[in-house]
Amino acid sequence: MPGPVRYRVSGMRNLRANVARFLVIGLFVVFVLVPLYWVVITSIKPSSDYLTVPPVWFPAAPTMVHYTAALFSYRGLQGLINSLIVASAATVLSSVMGTMMAYSLARFNTGGQHLAFWVLSQRFLPPVAIILPIFLLFRSWHLYDTHFGLIVAYTFMTLPLSVWMMYAYFRQLPKSLEEAALVDGLSRWQAFWMVAVPLAAPGVAAAAVFVFIAVWTEFFFALILTSRYAFTLPTVFRAFLGFQGAQYGEACALATTSLVPSIILGMLVQRHLVRGLTLGALRG
Amino acid sequence: MANVKISALHKRFGGVHAVRGIDLDIPDGEFTVLVGPSGCGKSTLLRTIAGLEDIDEGDIEIGGQVVNQMRPRDRDVAMVFQDYALYPHMTVAGNISLSLRARRMAKPEIEERVKRAAEMLGIGPLLGRYPRQLFGGQRQRVAIGRAIVRNPRVFLFDEPLSNLDAQLRDEMRSEIKRLHQEIATTMIYVTHDQIEAMTLADRIVLLRDGVIEQQGAPLDLFEQPASLFVAGFLGSPKMNFLTGRLERGPEGSAIRLGDSGPVLTLPRGRSPAAAEDARVILGLRPEHVGRAQASGPAEGMARIEAEIELIQPTGSRSYATFRLGGQPLVAELQAHDVSRPGERVAVDINLRRAALFNPETGRAL
Repeated sequence: MPGPVRYRVSGMRNLRANVARFLVIGLFVVFVLVPLYWVVITSIKPSSDYLTVPPVWFPAAPTMVHYTAALFSYRGLQGLINSLIVASAATVLSSVMGTMMAYSLARFNTGGQHLAFWVLSQRFLPPVAIILPIFLLFRSWHLYDTHFGLIVAYTFMTLPLSVWMMYAYFRQLPKSLEEAALVDGLSRWQAFWMVAVPLAAPGVAAAAVFVFIAVWTEFFFALILTSRYAFTLPTVFRAFLGFQGAQYGEACALATTSLVPSIILGMLVQRHLVRGLTLGALRG
Repeated sequence: MANVKISALHKRFGGVHAVRGIDLDIPDGEFTVLVGPSGCGKSTLLRTIAGLEDIDEGDIEIGGQVVNQMRPRDRDVAMVFQDYALYPHMTVAGNISLSLRARRMAKPEIEERVKRAAEMLGIGPLLGRYPRQLFGGQRQRVAIGRAIVRNPRVFLFDEPLSNLDAQLRDEMRSEIKRLHQEIATTMIYVTHDQIEAMTLADRIVLLRDGVIEQQGAPLDLFEQPASLFVAGFLGSPKMNFLTGRLERGPEGSAIRLGDSGPVLTLPRGRSPAAAEDARVILGLRPEHVGRAQASGPAEGMARIEAEIELIQPTGSRSYATFRLGGQPLVAELQAHDVSRPGERVAVDINLRRAALFNPETGRAL
């Protein structure tokens, strides 16, 4: 009976392939999750448990003391609020402007062949090369250490990213839908808002998540352009590494807190995220 | 309702001259079909009328008004696209009503109009569905509904049936024709399918390489093609083209097929404008070539003997391929004809319906 035998061979092969696949995925998951676990667990460890050998995998007496210290003594809460303000505003501005710019580039070939690439090329500049002029400009324009200043800086920093993600997205949307809308009596502006943008929603969501995370984790600009008032969450972490030693518990408590908005955002848009990213990747 | 007048229209895409000086006058209420092989400029011409392409030279008038610079939305034309172009994020009702909503029409009137359009097309029960939940034919109906709900001055169709399977295509074709009879608005329809062109059109405009090859009523183009190209494009199976030489005698003109093939005497009075011994192409439609009747050949018919090479039955009739002076000739036989390949039979050729062409210019003689 050759048939069943062949089935069994291919069944075995399938099984082996599946085991291999799960091993690879499992290893990757461990690689990603173990550091996260360590951060979360350290944030509730008493300081005596930080660096013991063998390591403490779960503290006998969990404590929330590092959270109160990080959020209040180290002004972590203020940093969190500042970060939320700056990141949300920059995300909205960058996504809206990026979507409109990308549409213009994709549909009207604005600026000829090279403008789209020129926009992207802004990302090639090392931040350190432009930080000094920006710092001086911000000082003279009274934007230094303000939310508004930081929002402006981050909007322009992330625009190339959102423009390019949306550019790739719009280019794969069929033109005939907007043409139908134009013939149907819509203006270009209406066709953009009522037809093109709703269809590009997955791309907008993906771009917005990227921009938010980029701004949320940005350290260098925040460090130079803010001090006591508009400082963001990443800059707070400096305080935990002093010459007297490291405040592991406080650092981990603040790190855990800072994960929350990204996770919520990711869950809100994850339905769109995969489609938005893959389409961009295929055409980009 | 409006007429459409196009004068000396040119459109270039970079180095490609897609439309080369087209003059076309479409009267109000006429069903005009733009037909031609792919790349002939028919879709481009349609898109310039819609305002989706700018024009380089010439004028487009709709209802006596030059619309060259007018935006698509102000031209009051409706267009049905080849891929339907339904908005995937809107329901059928949303798709059909978008143009009315964009115009800020009152809600009750929108509902009334959508309902009427949906009833006309038999898509009433689908109004709450999304395009992805519809079949091809239903999508096409929605696309047409989106056009008729506005009562536009002109309808434009860009190969609307080419994505449908054969059976649905026949069905939708007759529906589009019925629609035109009901609303009697000017319609301009682009297709590469000569059957669609023949069945739908009041007037066919046959395009080739960006110019009009011939225009007129379908039967005029079919029976009096102005060129080899028109003759070959319309009709299925294709017209037979046989090359020969012109002979003149006391009886009138005749064509000798090939170098030593049979001589076919043209009907009296038919005297092509070509020199003695000039090369000509004789065009014969398969339906004008058939098995000889028992009585002798009628006036204007030529009778020859030839061997059947191939028989292709289609059900309603059969097509037999002969060889005449070294050239293939397809003839239409009755469906129940019992001839077999290899048989020699007598064939009557109706030369009164034959067309003659100049092989150098391709024009009719």
